[in-house]
Amino acid sequence: MSEPFRKPDFGLEWLDADGPHADIVLSTRVRLARNLQGYAYGSRARVNDREAVYKTVQSAVDPVGTFEGAEMLQMRKLGERTRRIFLERRLVSRDLLGPDPSTAPTGAAVVVSERDPLSLMVNEEDHLRLQSLMSGLRFTEAWSVVDRLDDEIGQNLSYAYHHEFGFLTSCPTNAGTGLRASALVHLPGLVLTKEIERVLQGLAQVGLTFRGLYGEGSEVVGNFFQISNQTTLGKSEEDLIDHLERIVGTVIQTELQARQVLIRDAASVTEDKIWRAYGLLRYARSLTFEELMNLLSGVRLGVSLKLLPDLRVYTLNKIMILSQAAHLDEAAGRELSTPERHAHRAEYVRRMLETEGNAA
Amino acid sequence: MPEPGKLCDEPGCKNPAVVHLTQVVNNKISTHHLCEACASAKGINTAKPTSSFALSDFLAQLGEAGQTQAGEADVEPCEFCGLTFAGFKETGRLGCSHCYSAFEGGLRRLLTRIHGASQHVGKVYLPPNPTATDLEKRLDALRRRLNRAVESEDFERAAVLRDQIRAFEPAG
Repeated sequence: MSEPFRKPDFGLEWLDADGPHADIVLSTRVRLARNLQGYAYGSRARVNDREAVYKTVQSAVDPVGTFEGAEMLQMRKLGERTRRIFLERRLVSRDLLGPDPSTAPTGAAVVVSERDPLSLMVNEEDHLRLQSLMSGLRFTEAWSVVDRLDDEIGQNLSYAYHHEFGFLTSCPTNAGTGLRASALVHLPGLVLTKEIERVLQGLAQVGLTFRGLYGEGSEVVGNFFQISNQTTLGKSEEDLIDHLERIVGTVIQTELQARQVLIRDAASVTEDKIWRAYGLLRYARSLTFEELMNLLSGVRLGVSLKLLPDLRVYTLNKIMILSQAAHLDEAAGRELSTPERHAHRAEYVRRMLETEGNAA
Repeated sequence: MPEPGKLCDEPGCKNPAVVHLTQVVNNKISTHHLCEACASAKGINTAKPTSSFALSDFLAQLGEAGQTQAGEADVEPCEFCGLTFAGFKETGRLGCSHCYSAFEGGLRRLLTRIHGASQHVGKVYLPPNPTATDLEKRLDALRRRLNRAVESEDFERAAVLRDQIRAFEPAG
């Protein structure tokens, strides 16, 4: 257990809930897709391409101050459970881990900075995926650190770049800037007041899109929506970032108005919903992840509305990430069966609520 | 919505109009009818908004982009990675950076459909051993970004960009 990546809070600074609007915006993420000249990408890449890309990127990363003291971790060399923990912490993507859970693709790697909120995936769909993940609504800041990292690493590498199409990517939907920025926002007010459809349709009209918790193809759970840019070409990075910051800001204001409506017109029903959710989490003996997420949504709303004053958003963030399957298995020291996992999850949640804030 | 029967207003263009643009300039209302190519040449985004960008929509667009041009089936496969245009249309993924040159025509149309443009206007990449032109393009982009930062009163960013610009300029 001496490796830094086995520390209990490795790569989890974004859970701190210290960013602006952290009760509504769980996190802001900005990522850049980059590829190297001279090597095939994704499924066209052969084993020797992937190995060469891994080695080239590793030597380019070594002199970069951001990654000082950080190790580039090859997914293949990590245990299956550790890989899943990385996925649950949003440090790697499903795509990086590949289709076979028992082994990871050759050369798939990640390096996580110990100094800055930055990480870099190697041999994902694109050769490099630079990512910044921060607590709260911080598009400008997240873009700024990724931009700097891109300059630093880019000096040491030959990126695939085209005078017209910009940075070249495996999927044409990422070409140009290679920038995808997103905010993971909690919108229970809009869901309860049934305004959410209108808001989501509005997003499409201004060139944005939404997904669930784990990005592309994932379901919306616990009223968390990941809002991101849809296009990456023909606009500058700053234009894309400013646009998102403005629109997500508007979504937050709309959510706050919806909450005011709930408090004004349905105070007792809302309060009852929040306390029931808290009561179930505090005393349940078995919880599925989906049920947990739905109950956490109610409790999170309660904390935001200051109805549960002794509970912190940070505690709720931790519960959400650390009660996922691989984290529970790790804590138990073995692979749990599904019913066992539900019981361990409920026990973990009870303990957290007892030690980190008693709302009752 | 397309109005049937209308042709593109652009001089010399006889394509059916699909974009009907109503503008109000100095209290005067004018309506223009444009075909997709002329609209996109004028920088008008003709892409339809979708609620969530599903891969299937994208693949459907790929199909349309491929069908619109006769003779595209004859496009040579990418010399570097061997991907064919049909193979690309099947997966929606390119195989390497050379594919962008191999399938340039079809890709330009596709990129314009997806993004509303095919010309990158963001960061200009500076390769390791840059040529004078590379440096000039990079400097232009940095100056553009600096102006923008100043306009939006983002002085922290402006200071960083100013330093980057200074680093390119000859000492003294």
